[in-house]
Amino acid sequence: MNIAVVVRQVPDLIEPLEIDASGAALDLSSARFIVNEADDHALEQALLLKEAGGGSVTLVALDAGDVDDTLYAAAAKGADRIIKIELDQESPAPQTAAAAYAEAIKPLNAELVLVGVQAHDELQGVLAPLLAAALNLPYVGVIRGVKAEAGAVTACKEFPGAVMSQMKVKLPAVLGILAAEQPPRYVPVSRIRAAMKTTQFESAAVSPPAMAPALTVKRLSPPAAGQRAEILQGSETEIAARIAGLLAGKGLVK
Amino acid sequence: MIAQDQKQLVGFDFLRHLAETADGEPALGCMQCGLCAATCPLGEAMEFPPRKLILQTGAENLDGVLNSPALWMCVACYACSKRCPRGIELTDSLWPALRDLAMQQGIQPPAELQETFQNIFKYGNTLGKSPRQRLDWTKDLDVRVLDLSKEPRPVEILWLVGCYPSYYPRNQTVARAFARILTELGLTWGVLGAKEKALGECDRMFGEEGLFEKLVEDNKKVLEKCDFQKIVVLDPHAYRALEQFYPRYGAAYPVQHYTMFLAEHLEQLKPFLIKPVEATVAYHDNCCVGRRCACYDPPRALLQTIPGVKLVEMARNRDESLCCGGGGGGMWLDAHITAHGGERLSDRRVRQAAEAGADTLAVSCPYELPRFEDAAKVGGLEGRLKVRDIIELLAESMDLGERDAS
Repeated sequence: MNIAVVVRQVPDLIEPLEIDASGAALDLSSARFIVNEADDHALEQALLLKEAGGGSVTLVALDAGDVDDTLYAAAAKGADRIIKIELDQESPAPQTAAAAYAEAIKPLNAELVLVGVQAHDELQGVLAPLLAAALNLPYVGVIRGVKAEAGAVTACKEFPGAVMSQMKVKLPAVLGILAAEQPPRYVPVSRIRAAMKTTQFESAAVSPPAMAPALTVKRLSPPAAGQRAEILQGSETEIAARIAGLLAGKGLVK
Repeated sequence: MIAQDQKQLVGFDFLRHLAETADGEPALGCMQCGLCAATCPLGEAMEFPPRKLILQTGAENLDGVLNSPALWMCVACYACSKRCPRGIELTDSLWPALRDLAMQQGIQPPAELQETFQNIFKYGNTLGKSPRQRLDWTKDLDVRVLDLSKEPRPVEILWLVGCYPSYYPRNQTVARAFARILTELGLTWGVLGAKEKALGECDRMFGEEGLFEKLVEDNKKVLEKCDFQKIVVLDPHAYRALEQFYPRYGAAYPVQHYTMFLAEHLEQLKPFLIKPVEATVAYHDNCCVGRRCACYDPPRALLQTIPGVKLVEMARNRDESLCCGGGGGGMWLDAHITAHGGERLSDRRVRQAAEAGADTLAVSCPYELPRFEDAAKVGGLEGRLKVRDIIELLAESMDLGERDAS
């Protein structure tokens, strides 16, 4: 099966988030970017499908936010082709990004397109179904495992309340991956370093129409403490004692 | 690296290949005497303790070895290497090579350790913290810490603080105490701030040779730009890395573990040791500075100089010391080891300290503070056995301490 996987970079939350001078956007000038976790699972699922039934895995990514680190690691894990999309727009609206990914994916004739079901920086809609619409393909989201069969896949979909269902999905299709059947694999750094020397990225120049954002952010602010929330103050020992007291008070610990 | 291009190696070929590497030469001389297995503190829980590891590898059961949980149970305590009458460097050579080979073949190391490796690769520290927070431990500190990455200048001492003392709250108190002691000694010293990265000894011992090599390259670039007379480290594993492995990559620097460094300055320290610290102290010899480098007297000299300290010895001390279980990636292997029938060595070690009549277990490795404190709590010794770094005891006697540890 020939599989296309979309991977995106998102701000790494180990760095404190700061709001820029406009007050309506994050200051990403000194941010660090990492692969979107659900996209990492999409890649793992694609590699598992390839290992089980052959085929190829092609990665598609926007050329932004330290993406090379992610792409070399993906090559070391076993991605066959890596396509970097040159897009002449910073922080494109998700509709624009979906159109760009679709333009790069169409020529691949992929039978299956996997993308993370969500990313933590998505504000104006979720990429996965937008991409399916741009490709004019069926979409199923919140998938926790995929098995291949002839001309179709069986996807395990999670519903609220952890209700699971098995769905047969005719191909081609787009799946929004929540989790792969196993955690994304570890690949030794020597392999990544070898991939850095040997991997050739392909480049896709696309020209999706720039779309006006569906939403305009007026103001960003850190979460305010709600009236019903009590923010514990003091030293670690004092806070720990307070938490222990609260748990004991509710009868949760003796 | 042993195994990068050797996916097809089997059995005896692997040992022959190993013999061509820096520490691997004696590997072919194993006579199956079994001293290594008998001395391994986790040997009885291992499907392949060291002796069997060599036997089965040579007998072409490499697949069995690579797929065994035992492969991820060595905590690099050097007991087997120390005992081996043929001088086989099992700890530095055989275990890392086999693990490297396993990972090259796609066999997954325990999940907790994967995360640690990824943290080191992405952020340069084991805890997955931002490099920009490397100096958070200096907040509200009453002495000046010179950040050489921002204010480059010649110093006598370049102090590589280490991941745990930089980030982990329990260990940050040790970092602060050491900063005060260095200042009191009147030396010029500095740290690398956001430019400091893990030195990678645990990665190397665990077989993540590629990650180790990357760290060597990164650290070498930073260290080459610094003007210092000597590196001082708090972490025995960092000492081991700089003393033994970095020179192989053209990165040789004068380095001391802090116990060696402070023992050299003992006469200067003595007038400052004014406050008695009433404690019966057992010192835990760590594996890298202790058993591997035979540095047993300097830490004891420091402890014996502190007024009020009564030094006692555990039954297992010096080269017989029992590992805390944290080396060679062991800090992140507790779940794996206990799941496969091994005891946390730190649990065993705190009992030995209590049996020796100690009320304080003194340590000189950043891993040991949290490990032994946890073990004391789990083992019902909380309140009876304190765990304190030698630096904390010195700082308390110098009246520089900020708090009692427990």
